[in-house]
Amino acid sequence: MSMTMGRSPANPSAPAGRPLLEVNDLKKHFPIKAGFFGGKTGNVYAVDGVTFHINKGETLSLVGESGCGKSTVGKTLLRLYNPTDGQVVLDGQRIDDLSEGKLRPVRRRIGVVFQDPFSSLNPRMRVRDLLAEPIRNYGLAKNGADLQARLDKLMDTVRLPRDAVNRFPHEFSGGQRQRICIARALAGEPELIICDEAVSALDVSVKAQIVNLLQDLQKDLGLALLFISHDLAIVEHMTHRVAVMYLGKIVEIAPKRSLFAAPKHPYTEALLSAVPVPSPGQARKRIILKGDVPSPIKPPKGCRFHTRCPYAFDRCRVDEPRLQQTSPEHWSACHLHDLPAAENPLARDTVLYS
Amino acid sequence: MALLEVDNLQTHFRTPDGGVNRAVDGLSFSVEAGETVAIVGESGCGKSVTSMSILRLIPEPPGKIAGQIRFNGKNLLEMSDREMRAIRGNEISMIFQEPMTSLNPVLSIGNQIGEALVLHQGLSKREAEAKAVEMLTLVGIPAPDKRVKEYPHQLSGGMRQRVMIAIALACNPKLLIADEPTTALDVTIQAQILDLMRDLKHRVGAAIVLITHDLGVVAEVAERVIVMYAGRKVEEAPVGELFNNPKHPYTKGLLGAVPKLGSSLTGESTRLAEIPGLVPSLKNKIQGCVFAGRCPEATELCREINPALELKAPRHQAACHYATKEAVAA
Repeated sequence: MSMTMGRSPANPSAPAGRPLLEVNDLKKHFPIKAGFFGGKTGNVYAVDGVTFHINKGETLSLVGESGCGKSTVGKTLLRLYNPTDGQVVLDGQRIDDLSEGKLRPVRRRIGVVFQDPFSSLNPRMRVRDLLAEPIRNYGLAKNGADLQARLDKLMDTVRLPRDAVNRFPHEFSGGQRQRICIARALAGEPELIICDEAVSALDVSVKAQIVNLLQDLQKDLGLALLFISHDLAIVEHMTHRVAVMYLGKIVEIAPKRSLFAAPKHPYTEALLSAVPVPSPGQARKRIILKGDVPSPIKPPKGCRFHTRCPYAFDRCRVDEPRLQQTSPEHWSACHLHDLPAAENPLARDTVLYS
Repeated sequence: MALLEVDNLQTHFRTPDGGVNRAVDGLSFSVEAGETVAIVGESGCGKSVTSMSILRLIPEPPGKIAGQIRFNGKNLLEMSDREMRAIRGNEISMIFQEPMTSLNPVLSIGNQIGEALVLHQGLSKREAEAKAVEMLTLVGIPAPDKRVKEYPHQLSGGMRQRVMIAIALACNPKLLIADEPTTALDVTIQAQILDLMRDLKHRVGAAIVLITHDLGVVAEVAERVIVMYAGRKVEEAPVGELFNNPKHPYTKGLLGAVPKLGSSLTGESTRLAEIPGLVPSLKNKIQGCVFAGRCPEATELCREINPALELKAPRHQAACHYATKEAVAA
């Protein structure tokens, strides 16, 4: 098939069966323009070669710090940005180079929930219109009664009262608004929902409600989720697999258990050790990374993490590591795994925290 | 005598429609010298308003502060504006959440750190700049003599928060109020800042009132915790006691609603505890317990009578009719 014959190498971590979504060597560079004539002076390498897949009904989490490119990946998948390079394959169909017209039916299959429920709903539209818009747009409702039935069902699914459809967004609390956003994402009957920091802006008790709702929806509707987040505890709670991003690249991708038990990349290890744990008095080994994330305009040569990595050695400064398999389904981009096990500080299966 | 004693603090706001918003409604607590006390709660529970009230940063009107806030025995609410200015940034200082918006973009870092020193300690500009370099070194900013001449936009988020801390500590305050100091930061940067705060506490010896919604941060930094809900204190206990033996249903709910790192390895339950419903509106005087509307164990008694804060275990207060009481030494 032509789609597997692209410029990019075959997706190494993809399973034998056909995944719902396959992303191969995706790149998104933003040009920097400066000066009177707006000439291009450089690029922001926001996403620089990202490869992963999501199976049907699976949750893959994309974690990393601000500026690592995780949101850009989400937006590029949705074609809110046009990719610079690479392939996005949804259910066997390449969608990264489709024209606007051909993209429309594909957009129905991918829903999205953004971080801020206050700015992502049009304040002048009633909930009814907010939810009916995608249904009409994709021509899903056969008639008025069908539309009403769909609205009722959506409101039931997100556990809001049916008569709330006549109200405006400002009449709802943050958690309720996020439910409306989820209902809107579900309106097109998607197979994949991209949650871009969907619970980050919510309060603790409301966050738990939304997390539970998303998990229930996944179970009931067989949805696949791409869960973009910086909150590792929430990610661990709800995901199947995790991909860790740093400066536009995936540095580690693994099933949840394997990753949280024994991370195989120094960045993941530091990230996990930095999370404050709500159990006072628990002594943990904490790795405090020095300095800040380098600029994605001029990413460091060699391994992008070498400027902050506590284990960096000469090779890391010149040679960029590729993702390599450390155990079944567990991939990590780190040169340490080429060393003999005795010299590799990450070659252990022990748990970092109890 | 405690360093800070807040006694029946009530901060109310008049709303445009003529009503009253009871943001803080009868809060009492104290902070000893050198102690770290955390105030936790969800948005709208009044924790930030409390901190603003202590420094009298609430505009009056529409705000109205009643009760007593005694700092070293003197009531801050009775002080003149002039006396208050001598305390702000000098004996009590504050770290705000947003390092991006709380620094002045058109003044150099050195200028902003030095401002308080010139004002409160009468240093000359040159002395103040030398001290600013010293402060930047203290908070771990590399090349401080260069940085001191830079402007906020030239610094990263974590660096800006370090500058905020340097400003707050410049005059050796006795009390530092940190309002969500790490919320806007990434985890690895948050770890740096928390580490810095712990380290500085040992060196500088200031008492800290830490305002946060992140229970993980509380567990790592605080010695004593106050849980606020809808403008009232519902529970207070030493940090270990609060996490291991929460008495108030709201605290229990909060603790159950946060997943713990490592949950996938211990195979803990796959569902988070939810607190049903919403925070009540503060516009009406709440009859009975503030949490009754969302509490799984609420009864008629809870809806009618507001439970008083009682000692339920040594140094452990909770405002709940049904919280189990353990032997409390008189």
